[in-house]
Amino acid sequence: MLQKKMELVCPAGSLVALKAAVDHGADCVYIGFRDGTNARNFGGLNFDLASAREGVRYARSAGARVLLALNTYPRDGGWQTACNAVDAAADLGVSAIILADVGLLEYAATRHETMRRHLSVQGSATNYEAIRFYHEQYGISRAVLPRVLSLEQVAHLRANVPVEIEVFGFGSLCVMVEGRCALSSYVTGESPNTAGVCSPARAVRWEKTPLGMESRLNGVLIDRYADDENAGYPTLCKGRFKVDDETYYAIEEPTSLNTLELLPELARIGVSAIKIEGRQRSPAYVAQVTRVWRNAIDTCYRAPQQFVVQGAWMAELNKVAEGQQHTLGAYHRPWK
Amino acid sequence: MKLALGPVLYYWPREQLQQFYAAMAQAPLDIVYLGETVCSRRHSFRLPDWLETAARLRDAGKEVVLSTQVLIESESDLKTLRNIAGNGEFMVEANEMGAVRLMSGTEGFVAGTHLNVYNSQTLKQLAALGARRWVAPVEASMDMLQTICAAQPQGMQTEVFVWGRMPLAYSARCFTARAHNLPKDDCQFRCMDYPDGLDMSTRDDQAFLVLNGIQTQSSRVCNLISELDAMRSLGVDVLRISPQSRNTGEIVAVIREAVEGGITPVAAAARLDRLGEMESCNGYWHDRPGMDQTQRAGLP
Repeated sequence: MLQKKMELVCPAGSLVALKAAVDHGADCVYIGFRDGTNARNFGGLNFDLASAREGVRYARSAGARVLLALNTYPRDGGWQTACNAVDAAADLGVSAIILADVGLLEYAATRHETMRRHLSVQGSATNYEAIRFYHEQYGISRAVLPRVLSLEQVAHLRANVPVEIEVFGFGSLCVMVEGRCALSSYVTGESPNTAGVCSPARAVRWEKTPLGMESRLNGVLIDRYADDENAGYPTLCKGRFKVDDETYYAIEEPTSLNTLELLPELARIGVSAIKIEGRQRSPAYVAQVTRVWRNAIDTCYRAPQQFVVQGAWMAELNKVAEGQQHTLGAYHRPWK
Repeated sequence: MKLALGPVLYYWPREQLQQFYAAMAQAPLDIVYLGETVCSRRHSFRLPDWLETAARLRDAGKEVVLSTQVLIESESDLKTLRNIAGNGEFMVEANEMGAVRLMSGTEGFVAGTHLNVYNSQTLKQLAALGARRWVAPVEASMDMLQTICAAQPQGMQTEVFVWGRMPLAYSARCFTARAHNLPKDDCQFRCMDYPDGLDMSTRDDQAFLVLNGIQTQSSRVCNLISELDAMRSLGVDVLRISPQSRNTGEIVAVIREAVEGGITPVAAAARLDRLGEMESCNGYWHDRPGMDQTQRAGLP
């Protein structure tokens, strides 16, 4: 017997993307403000107050909800900006605010008690004691889990917390525990925690050399491509490096997480929401991925025992996947 | 200013750990952090061994703190955590929020470097829960520390990572096992072959990162001892040194000498450069990429 139907939580980096998500069946759309207060702080992306207000209105009129991600860790110098963003979220009437910083969680819990608080994946809560902590101290109603737990671990955790659990279902795969990775700032000075970016575009250089096309991040060689190879964005953990004289993807291949086939299991263990990664992606991506996942979730709930992943869904998702490869990531233990 | 030795981040054989801590008992350290913080599969020391070592170090006059694992996933990880939290004798360094929950309301704990304290309000929260000392994130700059230290809660001590390869990331995946084409569940404990981690370089042969099981470290060694005067004026209370398999005793001695004014911080930094056996870096302190080495304070 399946519990309450899991929500489909889709990304939007613009009003057009938000509308695409709503139109194609998202239950919730998560957005961020146009500054360093969220973990997808890319040029030309995200919302100002006017577009956020229109987004909330549009979603509401279609029966969908907007969640606001405010999930970087502000320094004292950025504290007021972050608090203003929390206040603005409350004023906009978003359905929940997604936070990671303990100071900000306290601020939101005190000033805007009735606004739902979700613990961001950047909060790095990977066990039920940690989630209970955030629940007891700051009244979170939902926690987004880092992409490091196996399915059994998710199930065990779910059974031991008094809050909803949201997991990543599809998109670029962070191989590191979110909120515990400073690789990007080590190389570029900016990380998800501090600036809301990983491997920022301003630090990327492409150069054609006699050895092949090279991608560098602030001068550090991330990868080199032969003429017949597809060059990918130089996210620094997805480059090829040398270990013991062997050159390979020493940390992670450029693949996408795709958990479609786990849907019945995720539903059975009581996961409340499934998150699609990609606020930096195009409205077309959002539309395509939302449509497939809406269809898959509805199919799964109609008849969980008979659920099979349809070839057409995979074909659609493959078109937009990073590296055109899929993995179940940590949900599938052997991946580790 | 106190000197602290951080937990050993690598997997060393039992005898090596015993010899290392016997030597550290005689080293000019004030505080020693003990315990396995990286991987639950490592077992050359188990909790009773750590407690025995802790007692010896305490008898040698050290303040001992037990550090908890950074990435806690399974029920058996939680069981170990509960045993550490309830040890009843030694202070605990909480390295994730599950540990904070178990330690809050006790006589006090150390808020570890991975708790992501980036602002004064977060530190205030941890102080209210019982934190007595906090360890700044490796990404912390002098400017960031300045405002936090200025507003520091009563009785709170600040600790800064001043020497060693920086822990930069944690994963579900074991990169050492991956390098040997082994699954994590059958890793054959290959990280024991790399007492200072497994070097990973770029395709143009620049040393870049160090793979240490599920942890990724900087290849360059963070060396902030030249900033000693600035740290003093900020009110930093404790300097953390991260152990490496060679020269740790000498490194501790040099830093102690600098703290006591026997040599200048810049001269100490230069001596540490040689003992580190790797390039140094200090970028984070100056709000730059962490791997950068900017000119040291006190140099013309």
